[in-house]
Parts: sequence; structure tokens; C-alpha cells
Amino acid sequence: MNVHGGDILAETGEEVVGMSAVERTAAAEGLEQELFTINFEPHHPATHGVLRLLVSLEGEVVRDLKPIMGYVHTGIEKNCEDKSYWKVIPFVERMDYLSYFFNMEAFCGCVERLLELEVPPRAAYLRVIHMELNRIHSHLVWLGTSALDLGAMSMFFYCFRDRDRVLDLFEMSTGQRMHTRYFQVGGVFEDIPTGFAHNLKAFCAEMPSRLDQYEAILNRNEIFLERTRNVGVVPRERLLELGVTGPLLRAAGEPWDLRKVAPYEAYGDLEFNVPVGTVGDGYDRYRVRVQEMRESVRIIEQALDGLPEGAWIADDRKFVLPPRDELSTSMEALIHHFKLVTEGFRVPPGEAYFPIESPRGELGCFVLADGSAKPARVHIRDPSFSNMQSLRDMCMGGYIADLIQNLAMLDPILGGTDR
Amino acid sequence: MPDAPGLELIAKELNDAAEGSVLGTYHEHGQACLIVNPDRILDVLRWLRDSPGQEYRFLSSLHGVDYFPAEPRFGVVYELLNMPRVERLRVRAALADPGPDALPELDSCVPVFPGAEFPEREVYDFFGIVFRGHPDLRRILMPEEYVGWPQRRDFPVGGEPVIFTRDEPLMPRWYE
Amino acid sequence: MATGGAELEVKREKLRAHAPLDEPAPITDLRVRQIRARDLLRGELEGPDLEQHVEESVLTTTFQKALGWGRANSIFPATFGLACCAIEMMSIVSPRYDIARFGAENMRASPRQADLLILSGRVSIKMAPVVRRLYDQMLEPKWVMAMGACSSSGGMFANYAVVQGADKFMPVDIHVPGCPPRPEAVVYGFNKLQRMILGSPEPGWRKRYNASGTEEWAREATGDASAEEIAAYEAARDLAASHEASRSQASRGGRA
Repeated sequence: MNVHGGDILAETGEEVVGMSAVERTAAAEGLEQELFTINFEPHHPATHGVLRLLVSLEGEVVRDLKPIMGYVHTGIEKNCEDKSYWKVIPFVERMDYLSYFFNMEAFCGCVERLLELEVPPRAAYLRVIHMELNRIHSHLVWLGTSALDLGAMSMFFYCFRDRDRVLDLFEMSTGQRMHTRYFQVGGVFEDIPTGFAHNLKAFCAEMPSRLDQYEAILNRNEIFLERTRNVGVVPRERLLELGVTGPLLRAAGEPWDLRKVAPYEAYGDLEFNVPVGTVGDGYDRYRVRVQEMRESVRIIEQALDGLPEGAWIADDRKFVLPPRDELSTSMEALIHHFKLVTEGFRVPPGEAYFPIESPRGELGCFVLADGSAKPARVHIRDPSFSNMQSLRDMCMGGYIADLIQNLAMLDPILGGTDR
Repeated sequence: MPDAPGLELIAKELNDAAEGSVLGTYHEHGQACLIVNPDRILDVLRWLRDSPGQEYRFLSSLHGVDYFPAEPRFGVVYELLNMPRVERLRVRAALADPGPDALPELDSCVPVFPGAEFPEREVYDFFGIVFRGHPDLRRILMPEEYVGWPQRRDFPVGGEPVIFTRDEPLMPRWYE
Repeated sequence: MATGGAELEVKREKLRAHAPLDEPAPITDLRVRQIRARDLLRGELEGPDLEQHVEESVLTTTFQKALGWGRANSIFPATFGLACCAIEMMSIVSPRYDIARFGAENMRASPRQADLLILSGRVSIKMAPVVRRLYDQMLEPKWVMAMGACSSSGGMFANYAVVQGADKFMPVDIHVPGCPPRPEAVVYGFNKLQRMILGSPEPGWRKRYNASGTEEWAREATGDASAEEIAAYEAARDLAASHEASRSQASRGGRA
């Protein structure tokens, strides 16, 4: 008898208890079972980060769940108050460490909103390209590690092989594989080199067939279906109450994607679909994310074809470094450079909140500026932090194995949760 | 975002519905913000969530801000979102600092927005703002026994000074 | 041979005719090898010839070295992914930066089964006791690699929440810098650790600056350092100070 996600011990009528003598006796005698609380330590193999779960079990059924976070709390928000705006960018990047371009975009977008600074179109397109590449990268890592959790070990190697190709592209354009510090306030740091467009086109041409291969492994796999179908279903209204966004919400049927409803950067010009699920179980979440990867490839191709010419960073020398060749000829450029590098630019007092759609949901950045060169408060609204509140709802009444699967499909990144 | 006249309308309607709740409004960079009396915060949030013209049903973010040395010192900021109209509204509950011995208090909005549970714990953890009626108010990101409210402006950043080789004689045998 | 019945002339040769002791023949000389093999089979090889043969064809070693070789080539890393470096640590198992060629693809989740604790990521103050407990649960011999800047020294996060280096509460054998370090850098650090385990660590800068003896006191050493080690450390520090003084004097002299 198999009840996925259901509560098997709620009914202790004789006909539903199993066949073994022990169970029948227990039911007959009305034995009370005690709740057994175990501690999923911060270090466990289903490492999606260091998350501690206090799970109360009755047999193998989860009765209560408390996530305990903070094991990778780095005090980034406090540290940001101490640094000039330019230096905050690498700090903020390392919060949700799989979607570093999105962190940068949230912060830079927020500061640009405070400064009322226009980002040139080429920079907007380049930002979109890098963000969508980062989305593919994040989903690939998610897919590899989740499949590994569920037992499909070969998926890990395939996904990481493709992930290395994405990181090669990042290295080509920004110089670093991860944590690239590529987005600056006003645009991007440097134009893309020759050859990048060619490599990117080759990547986009090949990626859909790779995704077909991955889907061929998992989509109709008996074990995968058994483990993910109808497991971890949370109704859509409950998810909205809890403040959950991203693929979790879309898998439950709510077509909410900030790239579509409130387009920022160049998303308004690009044509893409947003995958939406129906049931909201683990299988839907998986399908939504894989489809999102396909849509990201489409976005990148369109953005690459329509990449406008022009400057890759804004012109305003008060906030943006002048190009280096001007430093030897223009005195003003030298002074601007000096001021920007030593003190940093000043932002007039005000506060702003800038939300974007990261691979995990709504990533928002709140910056309070007090007129000096350092922000007075930087707060990142992290999607994993809010999504974690739905873990309890997902796991109640299910088995422990389902808990592992729910955690995998939730896609938490503890760096973002803990900041 | 509701534009500036729209914001004033909301403020007026809110003041009609709940006396003395809105202390000010603030519209800049295309974003609307209501500054609210902290004692009426639940009424304000309920009104914004339920009244037929408003319907800000989604709580995007709940965080605390320390405006030191400006008064009132603390603000608890609620970013509300109306999904059908894609409108965002910021509500700031302006809390005064009750002095070095007491902690500022505010009503918890978990009954209104269940998704505020973790963010309120985070605000408590970092600013020391106590939320009355919160189901489980304890530290979330710092260790449970930690003393101090890290994100307040007068809390030091911490860390250690870097010891270069030339400074080592100043601190002999620091490695012990 | 076609005629049949021809007499085969058997000519016995001695090894020493081909490989006189004062100028031993190279091993590549086929005739020498043949004769030596024949004598070995017959049990007639003795003396210096036997020693030379054994030296060349039999691997002898000390027990320690054999153990070291075994340990170094089959390290079981414990997956301890804390933060961003964990992603790069996962990618050393990936096909491109294969760590299986060094025998270490077997990442063990349980600390009791692991040899190497790769601390990948920032160690926050809440996590430090957990890490220490995990380290204590590991069985000897165990090594620790501090991967990345955050676990080596606190990294860019000089604040209240991050332990400024895992050195503060546990012994670390090798630090790999980077933020995050490239997988190749991690593999390089891994190789260095392997050489350390084999018993022949690379002295690195200590050789260049004549500072051997300034290594961190080993875990096994209990209590204070020995007098020689302290003397070596002081000597190295004086050398560094004199470099600094001469450099500043040169700059002062240059300015004056």
C-alpha cells in the first residue's frame, strides 16, 4: 500500500494496517508511538548547504520539521555598510553563491535607481545574456545535485560537464569562473571580447540537444517518477501566503515571473515563455526548471542577435570610471578616477527596493543611502529564505525519503538564506 | 507603484479607516512609501490587504533599518505587492529607541501574512525589535546564545586586525 | 643446421668478463642481462652482482614509505561544502578536473570513513563547533585542506560572524588560496598534500629564504616548541626584519 505524501498512520483501522504481526498487534493494543526527534546535522550528504533540520518522526513519517539556519551567516549586510558602493558589489555577489550575476544585478539596479542613472542598451543586453547564462548554470548545478540526491549519479557528471562550458564562457568574457564582479553601477565592466559571440552561439546551438538527453534520462524514469510524483504538494494559496516565489510558485500554477510582469533591463524586448506547472509536486518543479533552461537559451540567442552597438557602461564620470586611455590626456578624467577609486561615488539620500527574478525566485535589494560614499543599509531579500518557510508544509505527513526529495526540489542555497 | 496622487489617496483613506495611523508619505524614484504609527501597524496591513481597492496580498520583504542618528531610530519596512496590478507599496513602521535597557516592540504580522515568520525572526535577531504575538521568536541566523544586536549602527563590524610580518615583533608569540 | 649432426659449440662466459667490477656495464647491455638472468636462475649470482641486480629490479622501501604511498594515493575526502567553494569542490569530481586520477573520487559523507576534510567555504561562528566536532570524529590519520580564502584566513569577511581562518580552532595542513580557487588550484593543493603525506614535502619559499625550521609545529608535538625550532624562527624573523630595514634605508637614502 503506497500513499505518497499522505499520512499513513492517521488511519489505524485494521484494514489499512499492514500484514505483519507486529503492526496488527500494535494497532490492536492501541500502542502510542512516541515522536522521535532526529537532527539532520549541518553536514549531511544531501548537501545543499549547511542546513540543520530538527525532524520529529513517528516511524518514518515526518510529524514536525524545524529548519535551523545561520550556519553560514557571514554578516555580509553589516560588512556592506562599511564599504563604498563599488566595493559592496563583490560582497553582495557572494550571498546566493550560485546566482552571482543576479545578486550583482539587484544591487546595481537598486543603486542605479537611487542615482537615476541610465544604463546604455548594450550594457542592458550584455547583462541579460550573462544573467540567463547564470540561470542555466544554476539550474544545471541544481539538476546535477538533485539527481544525485535521488540516486541518479550519472546526471551529476553530465550536468557538471555542461556547467564547465558555461563557466568557460564566463571566463572568456569576465576573466573569472565564479564571482566575477562583472556588473558595475552603470553597466558592465568591460565589453565582450571577439570570439565570445561565436562561442556563445555554438553553446546555444548545442544546449537544447543536451537538455533533450537529460530529459530522456529522467522524464520517464520509473524511479524518478515514483519519487517525485505527487510528493511535496503545497496549494498555491498557501505558497502565496508564505511569500514563496520562483519555480516553486510557477510549478503550483501561478504564472508569476518578474521578467514578464515587470520587465527590467532588456527583458521587455525579448520574446520568451514562462513555464507553469499544474500540480505543484516535485515532478512539476523539475519540469519547470528544465523548461526554463530551454527558454534561457532562446533568450540568449535573441539577445545575441539583437545586441546593440555602443558603450557598455554609462558615461557619467561622477559614478563610472573613465576609460584608461583618457587618464594620460585629460586632467578631469584623472581627478574623477582618483575620487572614485579612493572615496567612491556619493549617492544622494534615499531608499530604494529593486526586485529581480533569480533562479530561485524574487531577489530584491533594498539600499538606504545617506548621502555619503557608503550605503547605510543594504538588505537583500533572498528567495531561499522565504522559500524555506514552505519546507515544513511540504514535508508534513510524508516519509523521510520524501523530505530529501523536497529539499532537493526546493533548491535552497544556504548562502542566500543566511547571508 | 501607485503614483504620488494615488499614494496620497491611499494615505487619506487609511487615515479615515484607522485613526492616526499614517504619519507621512514619501514618494521617490518611482516608489511609494507610507510611514506608519507602529501601534496601528496591524490595522494598516489588514486594511491594505483586504480592502477591495487595495488588495496588497503578497508580502515581498520584511526587514529592519536603523536610521541612527535620525529619529525615530528604527524602521520596520514591509514591501507589499499587489500581484494582479503589479503594484508595490512600502510601509515603514517608525519605531523609537526606548533607551539602552528596553527593546522596541511591535505587533507581529504573522496572522496577516504567515510568510513573515522568518523575516520577523531575522529583524529580532539583528535589531532587537520584539514582535508581540510571534509564534516562535528566537534568533534565526546568529547562534542562540549570542548577545548583542549585530545590525544596529552602533554595533562594531568586528573582525581582527591583520598582522603583517613587520608587525609581528609587536605581538610576540601571537600564534599561541 | 641443415646438414644435421653439426656440433654446437658451447662457450661458457662469465659475467665478470662482460661487466668487470671497476667499470660495471650498463643495464642496457643485452648480453650482460642475459648472463645475469642465467646466473640468477642457477643460483650462481652472488656478491656485488646480486646486490646490483636486486637494487635494479626489486623495489625495497621502508614500511613508513609504503604506508605513505598507500595513504597518499587513496585519500577519501569528506565532503564538507560550506559555501561557494563547495561548488568548485564539486567540480573537481566532474570529468574535466578529474580527481579520480589521484584516487580521491570516493567522497565519503561520514567523517568516520574519511581522511581529508576539505573545508570549502566560510566558517561562521555558529558552524565552528560543528566543524571541530566533525574533525574530532575523524579517525587518524587525517588531514585538513583549507580551501579558499575564507577558511584559510577569513577571506574578505573581516566581521563579527566569520572565524578568521580555520586555523583558529583546528590544525590545517594545507591552504589553497583563491576566491573561489580554480579546480586546478585545488588539485594542485591536493598534489602538494599528497607529497606531504609521502614524506617529502616541498619546502617552497623556505628553501629560497633559508628559513627551514619555521614550519608550523606539527600536531603531534605536544607542549612547547623545542629550542632549535624557536631559534630557527627567531633567526628567520631577524632575517626578514633586516631585509625590511635595508629596504627602508635604501629608500630613505634614495630620497635624501
